[in-house]
Parts: sequence; structure tokens; C-alpha cells
Amino acid sequence: MSLASTRSIAEIRARNKELIEEVLKVYPEKTAKRRAKHLNVHQAGKSDCGVKSNIKSIPGVMTIRGCAYAGSKGVVWGPIKDMVHISHGPVGCGQYSWGSRRNYYVGTTGIDSFVTLQFTSDFQEKDIVFGGDKKLVKVLDEIQELFPLNNGITIQSECPIGLIGDDIEAVSRAKSKEYGGKTIVPVRCEGFRGVSQSLGHHIANDAVRDWIFDKFEPGGKPKFESTPYDVAIIGDYNIGGDAWSSRILLEEMGLRVIAQWSGDGSIAELEATPKAKLNILHCYRSMNYISRHMEEKFGIPWCEYNFFGPSKIAESLRKIAGYFDDKIKEGAERVIEKYQPLVNAVIARYRPRLEGKTVMLYVGGLRPRHVIGAYEDLGMEVVGTGYEFGHNDDYQRTAQHYVKDSTLIYDDVNGYEFESFVEKLQPDLVGSGIKEKYVFQKMGIPFRQMHSWDYSGPYHGYDGFAIFARDMDMAVNSPIWKKMKAPWKEASKAKLLAAE
Amino acid sequence: MAQSAEHVLDHLELFRGPEYQQMLANKKMFENSRDPAEVERIKEWTKTPEYREKNFAREALAVNPAKACQPLGAVFASVGFEGTLPFVHGSQGCVAYYRSHLSRHFKEPSSCVSSSMTEDAAVFGGLNNMIDGLANSYNMYKPKMIAVSTTCMAEVIGDDLNAFIKTSKEKGSVPAEFDVPFAHTPAFVGSHVTGYDNALKGVLEHFWDGKAGTAPKLERKPNESINIIGGFDGYTVGNLREIKRILALMGIQYTILADNSDVFDTPTDGDFRMYDGGTTLEDAANAVHAKATISMQQWCTEKTLRLVSEHGQDVVSFNYPVGVSATDDLLLALSRISGKQVPEQLARERGRLVDAIADSSAHIHGKKFAIYGDPDLCYGLAAFLLELGAEPTHVLSTNGNTAWQDKMQALFASSPFGHACQSYPGRDLWHMRSLLFTEPVDLLIGNTYGKYLERDTGTPLIRMGFPVFDRHHHHRSPVWGYQGGLNVLVKILDKIFDEIDRKTNVLGKTDYSFDIIR
Repeated sequence: MSLASTRSIAEIRARNKELIEEVLKVYPEKTAKRRAKHLNVHQAGKSDCGVKSNIKSIPGVMTIRGCAYAGSKGVVWGPIKDMVHISHGPVGCGQYSWGSRRNYYVGTTGIDSFVTLQFTSDFQEKDIVFGGDKKLVKVLDEIQELFPLNNGITIQSECPIGLIGDDIEAVSRAKSKEYGGKTIVPVRCEGFRGVSQSLGHHIANDAVRDWIFDKFEPGGKPKFESTPYDVAIIGDYNIGGDAWSSRILLEEMGLRVIAQWSGDGSIAELEATPKAKLNILHCYRSMNYISRHMEEKFGIPWCEYNFFGPSKIAESLRKIAGYFDDKIKEGAERVIEKYQPLVNAVIARYRPRLEGKTVMLYVGGLRPRHVIGAYEDLGMEVVGTGYEFGHNDDYQRTAQHYVKDSTLIYDDVNGYEFESFVEKLQPDLVGSGIKEKYVFQKMGIPFRQMHSWDYSGPYHGYDGFAIFARDMDMAVNSPIWKKMKAPWKEASKAKLLAAE
Repeated sequence: MAQSAEHVLDHLELFRGPEYQQMLANKKMFENSRDPAEVERIKEWTKTPEYREKNFAREALAVNPAKACQPLGAVFASVGFEGTLPFVHGSQGCVAYYRSHLSRHFKEPSSCVSSSMTEDAAVFGGLNNMIDGLANSYNMYKPKMIAVSTTCMAEVIGDDLNAFIKTSKEKGSVPAEFDVPFAHTPAFVGSHVTGYDNALKGVLEHFWDGKAGTAPKLERKPNESINIIGGFDGYTVGNLREIKRILALMGIQYTILADNSDVFDTPTDGDFRMYDGGTTLEDAANAVHAKATISMQQWCTEKTLRLVSEHGQDVVSFNYPVGVSATDDLLLALSRISGKQVPEQLARERGRLVDAIADSSAHIHGKKFAIYGDPDLCYGLAAFLLELGAEPTHVLSTNGNTAWQDKMQALFASSPFGHACQSYPGRDLWHMRSLLFTEPVDLLIGNTYGKYLERDTGTPLIRMGFPVFDRHHHHRSPVWGYQGGLNVLVKILDKIFDEIDRKTNVLGKTDYSFDIIR
């Protein structure tokens, strides 16, 4: 039975406030003051969730956040498949981000596609002492020779690059000229910049603007005939094939997707995007910057959408169709109708098994709000949520469209706080990342990775919703959760005595 | 529409449906796709000796290196001590990566904090991050010890851990007597095995040499105990437990230094144990009195063993002891140092491993293998293969050096099966790809990343090493000792038999060899 249904909103609010007070007690005073601003209980009608965000993490706590490099290489640039992305600096960053985000793509890996390769300049001490630009020149030459079908190269800076003052921009310009105008993009995404991966997204977007868009004439002839129905998918990284299960719906309603950013994306698609009639934006946090830029510079409107769960999918399809003519509007209705039997069947099968179950989320990007609708479609209730690297506008969107009154909100939550909250609220499911997964499973709480779908997916679109529902059911209702305690530990003393 | 509620298709099948295939084909017109003939031509070219020559001429670029960076090894060693919280001084993203990497391999939580240094720390140094960070960690996570290491950022700006920790203590971040050992672990020097070595040395130095000037140095009073160091090992859970079993059978008093076997194998019973098991701090200090220290991995422990040796102990090191001879050597060393006999039970276990090899060696004899991984792992597996009558033809270690290469070549020279074998220090998996195309072998042994090599070259992969992300629970079984040797043997045989079946299972064509008895 869900906690929420047994208590009044006022009671839940009071309990959640109490929980926050309790976790703050463990900190030194200065830290408690800082953390208090990031924890709150949502109040209906407020314009945001009432928490501070996008502020430096506290030193010495187990923050779940990553860094700017993770935001640029791991999220935005890494999935562009026909470019080689150099992890420029020591070996570690590239190694840890190698293949771990499951950005699906089609291509001949190592020949004309490079997403699941780890290219690094593998800095040694002498590169730190004497500077790494010379090595970078050599790295670029070796890539050109050994991977001749690459369509471009990016240089993803790790921490030391900015600290030792390497001029990667100069190297990029010189080598691009030497290679006959090949696109070579230097990205200043050193891990110490900013407070989380979020700045890396912004820096990566700016690099697209400066090193791709500014390099060509948007009035130029496209490689294809434009149509009035050309759109670009922005901010879908194709985790487990998400962008594909989204794209298929857009095409079915009569739109033509001319670019995918950046999952299964290519440099040609990046360059074609200014030809789109509408940019449709899934991950607002990571790609609103470039969408705004395209609006200002090329006059391309953009709209956010949410393809998690049938309610939000239908809402989003209609919203997108609203930018087009009746043909597309009818197309949207046709798509919604076509998939209704699947939606009905999925809900009929899984909702009875999930109705009333409570969920706590802690993810990055858009998911702390976007997936709430999908859970609600299955009768589940999100009782706590927060962003790894959200900004105030994310919390505004969350407050205005997604969370219910009295929901516990935790920004940049750390291991200690998250564990305390979950322990007290005892949700039926936690959705977060790999670092949190095993902690909660040890506590006996079902868990799903909501960054990588636990090697499953896609979760976007109607096809993805069926998988989402199945996965939540298998997590929540796995028989193993009933075996948490050894029988002799559960048995009462009397029974043990009787056994003797 | 292929999707249904009754039979949910996920990515494994969903995208093979005609509607998705059509969609992906349509997408091609927007990609600046290369001519398929050109892709094919370049693909074939990458398989040639000519390409291999260019590939091996690389001086600056690393492609798919088989190594990680120092702080990962430091974290791995640190959690081997009771109640110890690893604290990495530098930017926070690194710690997120180490924790994910370890969790993905062990399927376990991995606890570690960062001092979350950002731009201001880059300019002014990270002292304040250290002062606040230690205070926060100490209060929140109630550790018995905080083991500090660094990222490349802290190293580039030159933060001085010894001074910083001292200042933090003066400012009251943690009590003066609280143990905060440290190690400088720049990511641009060595690899994760270097970090393991540095961190372990840092802890022992702390306890033995006066706790960074706050206590008198320990005076060694030799006793009968033996210290055992596992090294950076993806099988630490199974291996350390196996070593403990052997030591108990022999009746040897021992201390495992950096015993992280429990923290990477905690039960699921309703409680999250952030700290579990580990070498007690008292044992870590008392380890100075041991009779000898045995390292299971030489290249992981060079600096640590030098420190131990300077303190007057005998040191013996092995290179990942897999198989009969390597285990024999280990047991003989244990017996010699402790004066204890090798018990009959271990002799019987030995006999069973020899029995198993005799039963099965016909399937392995003369087979060519390629191996890659950490230097000790490579050595141990190559030695075992030679013992099985196989040829470890290409042995590649990205974090191996020339001393490692010399030792590998000496190993090859010691066996008639080793005459055509070569070792490759400092090379990566893109070099290995060229080797597998130009000088093919029957089987490949290495970590999860080898699946790309298996796909490209068709060489069947036996997963061994770190990390293994795409198979579950291998780390729970030992690969050291006679029992471990048996596990490795079975792993190799299973792959060989699976391959024979895969090649012979075509009905009415090749299935005359699809035997049920092998």
C-alpha cells in the first residue's frame, strides 16, 4: 500500500520536512547550511521546486555527479558516429567512458564509425611538463592515416589540457587546413570546469555552433531536397535505441527526420539541421543551448517533447503536430490511434501488478521529471525526485508539469542523503544509476538504472513503453525480494525454542 | 508493428523488424555515408601486413588501450582496509568514473568520495577542498580511516597532500590522531597497477613510519606471521578467499594486506554495508613485524615491496600464480618461509588438477592463444598455457614495460611451446587487432573489451581479467591455486568445445563431427 494513500498531504509534508531536518544533522554546521538549500518538499502551485541548483558540490561527500568532460564526450559529442573523438589527456577518462552509455548506432566500427573505440593521447609526464600540442599534432596525423574514412575529429579536453595551457584551437585550425578543410573541433570540456557534467553540455553545444555551424553557409544547397515537414531530433542519445523508437513515430505521422542529435548521429546531420522546419528537443538540459542558437540565428523554432509513456507521447505528438498543417495533425491522431491497442494491452497486463507502488528517482538530464508520466500511466506514484545537474528551469518545468504536492525534492543528492531518504520512505522502486543500484538492492529495494535502462531498452516511444512496463514489473515483482531475510532470522524466539 | 504486451521485444529483437530496418535505411540519405565498396576496401586493408606496419609505427595515438589510470588502483587498494573511505583529491567526475567502473565489474556498490575541485581550486589550490572535504567525510561516513589519493588535476597544480592533511588536522577537520594515509597518484604516470602500489605503500608507510611525523616509527619485532598482497585483481573476491583457505590448511599465521574480498561481495539481506571486512588497522600496523611478505603480483607491488624489504622482511613475489607449477612454487615458498608442511589435502587437490589437465590437454595442445591484460595476469596465464602445451603466441600488456617484456621472453625461451611467442609491452588493442589478422591464433584471452576483437577478427574470446562487464559473477571464483587452475582450465575448455559445436552444428552438412562425447 502506498504511503501517500494512507496519509494526508499535510502529514506527508510534515514527515518529509522532518526527514530533511534529520539528514542535515550529521553535517558540520557550514555544510548543513549549504545542503539545506538543496532539499525541499514541493508545494503545489509554486513556480519551482524550491531548491537551489547548479551549485558546486560539497567536498568530501559522495556526490553522484560527473564532470564537464562527461557532459561533452560522454553525452553530446561521443555518439556522433562518423567522427573520431579523442580523449585528450591521460588514459583514464576515455577508458571509463568507453562504451558505457549504450548509444546505439549503425556503421562499420573502426572503419567508418568510431563510437565504441577509445582514442586517447594517453598523456605521460613529459606531455604535462613540455605541453601536449606536439603530441596532439601527431595523434591527428596518425588518425588520418589509420582511419581514413573518418568524417571529422573532435578533441575532448581532460583536466590537464586547460591547466598546462595547450593551444588546441591553433592545432585544430592548422590541421584542418592541412587536411583540406576537414572538420576538427577542439572542445574545452576539462573536468574541473563548472560544477557538474552540465557545463560540458553547454561547452559542447557552443563547439557545435563555433566549429560546425559557423564554418558553412546555411543558405547553401542541401544534400537533399527540403520538404515542409523536415524536423530534427535534438537531445536524444539513442540509449538502447531510444531515438529510433522515437523517430519511427515522427515518420509515421508524416514528418521527415533529417537529423538525429546525437545518438546514431553523423556530422552530415549536424550540418543539415539548420534546414529543419522545427527542432524537437527531448533532453532540454543538454541541448537547449544549441536549439536557442538555431532559433536566433536561423529562425528555426523548437519545442520540447516527452516520449516516456503513452499520456506524454500523445500529448507530445499533438504538440509537435501543432507546428504543422492538418496533414500532420491527422497523422498524429492516426499514430496515437494505431498504438492505442498496444498501450491498452500493456496497461492491462502490467498496471494491476504495479498499481499504487511508489517510486523514488534520482537521475540527470530530463528524466527526473519526464519519466513521472510513464510511471503514472502504470498506476505508480513518484514520491521523491531530484536532478544530478539540473538548473532552476528544470525545477520549474518539474513543478509546473510533473510533480505532485508534498513530493520530496533533493538536488545534487549525495549517497548519504539518498540512502537515508530511501530507508525512511521505503519506496517500492528506486530509479537511478549504476553507482546507486547495488546500494539499494542490498537494502532489499528493487532498482532500475534510469540512465542506461539496465542494458535493456529502448524506453522512448510506444515500443519503448512496453519494455519500460515489463522492466518495472520485473524489478518490483521479482520473487527474490521476498527472500531477503534468512528464515531462522525471521522466526520468532518461540519457534526457535520449539525447534530445539 | 512487432511490439506486443504479451511478448515484449527489446533492442535485441525490436530493431530487426522490417519497419525499423526500413527506417534505418531511409536515414542513410541524411548521413554522409561512405560508398560501401570503399568501406569494404578499407576494412580489408586494415587486415593487411601493410596496415599492421603503419599501425605499429604509431607513436602518439592510443586506440583501445588495456589500462586505466592510477587513482582507480588506489581506490581499489584503499577499500581493502577496515572501515576505510577512499578520498580522491581532485575533480569529482573522476570519482564518479571509478565508482561506476568498479560497480560494473563486481556488480557491487563502490564507495569513494572526492574533494570536488573546480576552477577556483585550479587557481588557488585545493587546500580548502581538503579541509572541508575531510571534515564532511569524517562526519557523514564515520570511517575508521580516510585514504587520500590524487587525480591528474591536483597533481598538475602541485597540491601537497602531506602538508594539506596536516593543515586540515590543525583546523580540526579530523582528530589529530585519526589515520589519513595518502599517496600521490597522477593519472599521467603508470596505470591502475601503479596506483594500487602507491596507495598500499602509502598506508603501510603511514602505520610503520610514524604516521606522517605524528608518532614514533614502529620498531620491527619479527614474528611468525606472513603478509600476503593480492595486487590489483579482478578476481580479488575468489582469489583472496582461496589464498586464505590454503593458508588455513597449512596452519600459517597471516595478514592479507588490503583485503578487499568482502567489500566487493556483500550479502543482500536488507542492509547496505558501506564498509565490510578489510585488513584491520591494527593488523596493518603489526604487519611490519611479519617474517616475510609475499606478493601475488610483482608488477603491482614494486614500490611496496621495496618499502617492506627496507624494513627488514623477506619479500617474495609471484606473477599471478595460475596452474600447477605456479601453485607449486607458491606453496613451496609458503612452506619454506613458515616452516610448515604442505598438507595432504593440497597434494590431493594438486593431483586432481594434474588429472584434469591429463584428461583434457588433447583439446588444448598446440593451440595458439593471444593474451592481453595487466603485466602479471599476462605472465601467469602465459605460463599456465605453456604448461598445458599451448602456445601463448601474442602476449600484450599496455601497462607492461621492457623489464616485463624481458621476463616474458625468458618464460617463452624456457619452453618448447614458447619459441614462436612474442610479448608486446606498451601496445594497445588496436595493435592486437593487427596481430590477430596477420598472425591468427585459435583463441583470445582478455577482458570485456576483447569482444570487439572477437567480432572483427573472429577469434573466440575467453573472458579473463579486469574489467569483465558483460559476464556475471566470474570474480567470485578463484583462478589462483590448484582449484583456481581448474576453473581456468574449464573456462578454456568450454570455449573450445562451444567453438567446435558452433562449427559442426549445421544439419546435414558438418554435423558428422557434432559429437556428444568429447
